[in-house]
Amino acid sequence: MNHSKVFVALLRKEVLSEWRNKYAISGILLYLLSIVMLIAFTFETTDDRTWMVMFWIAILFTSVNAVAKSFLQESEGRQYYMYTLAAPQLIILSKMVYNTLLMLLLSSIALLLYVVSLGYPVADSLSFLIAMLLGAMSFAATFSMISAIAGKASNSATLTAILSFPILLPVMRILIRISLRALPQESLQVNAQDMLYLLALNVFIVVLALILFPYLWRD
Amino acid sequence: MLRQLKTRWWKALAVVLLLYTFTAGMLIDVPARFVLHETIRNLFFHVPVWFTMILLLLVSLIYSTLYLRHGKLAYDIVAEQLAKVAVVFGVLGFLTGALWGNYTWGDTFSWLFADTKILGAFIGLLIYVAYFILRGSVPDEEKRARISSVYSIFAYILLIVFIFVIPRLTDSLHPGNGGNPAFSTYDLDNTMRLVFYPAVFAYFLTGCWIASQLIRLRILHYRKHNINI
Repeated sequence: MNHSKVFVALLRKEVLSEWRNKYAISGILLYLLSIVMLIAFTFETTDDRTWMVMFWIAILFTSVNAVAKSFLQESEGRQYYMYTLAAPQLIILSKMVYNTLLMLLLSSIALLLYVVSLGYPVADSLSFLIAMLLGAMSFAATFSMISAIAGKASNSATLTAILSFPILLPVMRILIRISLRALPQESLQVNAQDMLYLLALNVFIVVLALILFPYLWRD
Repeated sequence: MLRQLKTRWWKALAVVLLLYTFTAGMLIDVPARFVLHETIRNLFFHVPVWFTMILLLLVSLIYSTLYLRHGKLAYDIVAEQLAKVAVVFGVLGFLTGALWGNYTWGDTFSWLFADTKILGAFIGLLIYVAYFILRGSVPDEEKRARISSVYSIFAYILLIVFIFVIPRLTDSLHPGNGGNPAFSTYDLDNTMRLVFYPAVFAYFLTGCWIASQLIRLRILHYRKHNINI
């Protein structure tokens, strides 16, 4: 089999296993709903800046729970079996792509819940949507790689958070900067540099993960 | 490698250079600059400490890569102990920086979270504290070495990108960022350079010296438990 076929098969397997374990994704959705409701009920009304910052924090914590499990949920035996079937680079890449799609879905649902409960103050929707897309990519790539690392250690759930938050802190900072500029007016021109920078950073994270992941899975 | 750790000449050099930078750093005539005044002497302490942290972490990264290539536990020991010393230098960098910022940027500490370079440094410390926690949660030596090497390479390279690239894109109170000229272009005169460069070298040597003691201790610990390194 050639690489693209293996890749598509791996992606299909991710979607299927998510579909068959519906309790996992429903758990995440409930988690998301709880966070948004918590924000809505504690703030009651938000000013624009708070709206935006809390939105990103909600997305960050949802993605810790949604993406971080990608390597944790699979039994070691099944992982070894996977490694005999496909190259490690393809496995991590398929996880990253799948998790990006998952994060896009979750971010859209989060936005929907958010708009229903707290309104929609963003003037430049295009910039904001691009930020959401880039954010989904960064979160998915970083959490996939870090959960592969943390999955090898004990107390991996805590580890995933503490290993990845320092890496995601500057990403969050840029994402929030782009989104805050998008609040009052059209700002695609001003945001272009930050967006390109974030895109380059995402490519960088993916390349690093592709180089380093093969060292991880060998036991 | 072990033989080099035991030789004395570079340790003597470290002591001499440290004595020189501390005396000269306090006594030489410094150019009187607006706002900075005598606090410019902190350049001999604050900046070299950060340089040392970055350098020690770079060497640690090289040893992590060597471990992934050759799989010898000795490389992992070196990488870990260098990271430990680097974190101590990082904390010193924060303390000297806080002292400097207190006199030049105002004493409310509101600049602490506004400055991108401080954010980068803070992230660096977080990464390495997380690195030690990761090491602590894997009991098997081989596995611990491999996993933590992967994390330290992944995180350090991203950290370098954050520290050296992002601040140039945004505003910062530090020299060399957001349109601020770098220090050397106008603030430093040649006498200060004569103290500054030896200071960087002295702190780096001292860091290596402390790390070498820790490495030898760790090797003894491994030998005592009959772990093949």
